[in-house]
Amino acid sequence: MYDIIIIGAGVIGSFIARELAKYEANILILEKENDVGNVTSMANSAIVHSGYDPVPGTLKAKFNVLGNKQYKKVCEELDVKFLQTGSLTVAISEDQLTVLKDLEKRAHENGVEVKLLNEKEAKQMVPNLNNAVRGALYCPTAGVVDPFNLVVHAMENAIDNGVNLALNEEVINIKQIKDGYRIFTKNHQFDGNIIINATGINGETISDFVTAHHFDIKARKGEYYVLDHFDNNFLSMPIFPLPSEKGKGILMTPTSSLNYLVGPSSEFVDEKDDLSTDALTLKQIREQALLIMKDIPFNMTIRTFAGNRPTPSTHDFIIEKVNNHFINAVGIESPGLASAPAIGKYIADELVQEIIHLTIKQKYNPCVKKYPHPNMLSSQERKELIKTNPKYGHIICKCEGVSEQEILDVLERSCPPHSIKAIKKRVRAGFGRCQGGMCQPLVAKLLANYLKVDLSEINYDELGTQVAKFKTKAGDTDE
Amino acid sequence: MNKYNVVIIGGGSAGLSAAVKCYDLGVKNILVIEKEDFLGGILNQCIHNGFGLHEFKEQLSGPEYAYRFIEMIKKTDVEVKLNTMVTNVTKDKHVFYTNESEGFQEIEAQTIIFAMGCYEKNAGAIQLAGDRPVGIYTAGTAQKYLNAEGYLVGKKVFILGSGDIGLIMARRMTLEGAKVLGVAEIMPYSNGLNRNIVQCLNDFDIPLYLSHTVTNVIGKEKLEKIELSQVDDNLLPIKGTEKYFDVDVLLLSVGLIPITDLLKNLDIKINARTKGPVVNEHNETSIPGIFVAGNGLHVHDLVDYVSNEARLSAQGVYKFLNGNLHYNNALIVTKNENGIGYIVPQVVNYLNLDDKFVLKFRVTKPFKNVDIVVKADNQIIKKIFKLNLIPSEMENIEITKDLININTKEISVEVKER
Repeated sequence: MYDIIIIGAGVIGSFIARELAKYEANILILEKENDVGNVTSMANSAIVHSGYDPVPGTLKAKFNVLGNKQYKKVCEELDVKFLQTGSLTVAISEDQLTVLKDLEKRAHENGVEVKLLNEKEAKQMVPNLNNAVRGALYCPTAGVVDPFNLVVHAMENAIDNGVNLALNEEVINIKQIKDGYRIFTKNHQFDGNIIINATGINGETISDFVTAHHFDIKARKGEYYVLDHFDNNFLSMPIFPLPSEKGKGILMTPTSSLNYLVGPSSEFVDEKDDLSTDALTLKQIREQALLIMKDIPFNMTIRTFAGNRPTPSTHDFIIEKVNNHFINAVGIESPGLASAPAIGKYIADELVQEIIHLTIKQKYNPCVKKYPHPNMLSSQERKELIKTNPKYGHIICKCEGVSEQEILDVLERSCPPHSIKAIKKRVRAGFGRCQGGMCQPLVAKLLANYLKVDLSEINYDELGTQVAKFKTKAGDTDE
Repeated sequence: MNKYNVVIIGGGSAGLSAAVKCYDLGVKNILVIEKEDFLGGILNQCIHNGFGLHEFKEQLSGPEYAYRFIEMIKKTDVEVKLNTMVTNVTKDKHVFYTNESEGFQEIEAQTIIFAMGCYEKNAGAIQLAGDRPVGIYTAGTAQKYLNAEGYLVGKKVFILGSGDIGLIMARRMTLEGAKVLGVAEIMPYSNGLNRNIVQCLNDFDIPLYLSHTVTNVIGKEKLEKIELSQVDDNLLPIKGTEKYFDVDVLLLSVGLIPITDLLKNLDIKINARTKGPVVNEHNETSIPGIFVAGNGLHVHDLVDYVSNEARLSAQGVYKFLNGNLHYNNALIVTKNENGIGYIVPQVVNYLNLDDKFVLKFRVTKPFKNVDIVVKADNQIIKKIFKLNLIPSEMENIEITKDLININTKEISVEVKER
């Protein structure tokens, strides 16, 4: 019997786990995917919003503002790239300037520092704004984060402090038992006193096993362009159009890895795992983005992708204690990434404490172990590092400059990758312009060697997604 | 800091040929830097034959062709660093590299030849529509899994793009027991060499769908199906022409792009068509003493051409080291006109010419019974009749020095219908 079982290891589940790990408790986290942070948490704009635009008084406003304030410290503790770039929300007509003023007012109500900029000031700050821009709302506290390692390191920190993670465990039913619930996955069952539902876009399915109090969570698909590193000075911060009922609109942002993202579109889809892209939507994204920015070099596109955001029927995050054994923390759409640290804290320190009193652990460490990244070191430091471990000198991913030892390092960590994609998310091997065309076979071999399995067993992502499925006759006699 | 007269970055077909030529010309202190633990580059995974007809007058496999050059290198005092990656090059020709034994090093070069080859356009670059399942590979990646590692990536295969690697892989995977259901080419003509269409598709009854493209990829985790559509004259899909194929692999052979990462830091001019740097008659970039060779300059059809062209870069190095390359004066610009996609070199310095130079170019679409007309400052200096011209085959025209003069400003090439 676990004291607490968290279902879902996205950014919300992982931060809840990390915060709960401070306490003396027996905690399990279940994830249906083959890696943590593998659904909504990995396919979004990766922006830590300032919190100027959620409706005042909502959970979104509360947790966004709180979360944003915690980001710097959290990312230092978790060794995650976070750039506090600020953001601009731009008006492209005189009419829109009045909306900016309303947004300024809303920002003040939410307690967020903002500054209205006139046309000249805005274009001085971001020279590549479209000529049509008439003014902007500058939010200095907004930033961009590495969303992949944010989740991985939050989970690693939880695991280092005693939380148990079980991947590939999709919950198919939940039944009430004495003092809690029994959770059924395809092959196992787990008993827990308190269940925390952090299943994001699938939140209502899990909630429905337990309570008749129903809400809907719809999937809203957002397609994006990823542009190669072409000019670090092209754009220094996220640029938003005015927000609408469809969300924050088609934006352009630098990423923490100094690529650029353009998107997302916003369309409801029936299937929650529909991550397809289509030519028409991508064309619309290009057109919309060019309303706020000029001369976006779409010929630098290295990838297009889609992510699905949960859109709850309640129009706010669903964070609630259903009963003394079940907590919902689902439907966390934008600004979910910014809110995650604060939501984790709130659930661990307040909601759970209302149910059971947990005592603080004597030995709790909020920090993950830091590992070196050779291409971020000075020449001398890099030389020294390679002297201590030569494999930092052997480059595997040419496009992103990732060394063999960096891959071996993440394999050793306590929330390790089990697939090529999980390695890609952690070290960026395969994230560059060749998209793994050159390094994928090398990465697959490293993983196979480490796991001591045949290359044909290496998955790209989920179980059953082997890349090198069939050994040839020549392969049989190899080595 | 170690100093070299020439640092050649890349030990594939271009780099090896350039190194041998530099040595033969008497250049001392030559260094070749190679990222893999073997020389020969991509030739090593090209186990089919057809290499060497021009260089060695015989048909060799890729590894055999590479071996010939490796043997030549062994007879020289050219220094080779394997498993070594160049991370940065500066305008004053300092080269930074990293490897296991030396860590991170900086060296000084008098001249540099970039011979880093090309990479394959992938699903992201062509914005392939649909799901993102496992099972979509560039042809070269699948080739590496198959020929270097001994694994087939799947058994029911469709190939998008009629580039040569895709055609070669159609045959190769068929021979390994996979079923190749078809090859689609968005253009109304093939992008591969004619001999590959015959030997890799026709001989194995693999259909080639011209003016077709993949308009949807279906399969959440694993590739299940692709949608193929015919395209109109503007290359846009025609509704109602969709065909579906149940496949577990989609190979992409949709183009190759010169690798120019290290050049970008140097503000070297890149040609929009070739995607490689702008060069002069000695394959020298806009920075004196920095040269390019092979598929890193522009993508070639045959490795023999790569080896040959790389010698020109070596000659450039030799002349540069002896102070015999001229800049600024007597510059002739080459200009691609009607029917010509690009020309290499983009600039020719009359004073640097020995007795002749070669214009290399590709046509924009197939032509039959036409003349290629070369003009110097609008005066026709050469006219060559061609029965057939296709974009997939690079054309060469030799221009002897007597056809132009020190005052020539422009050389243009065009296709003229008869």
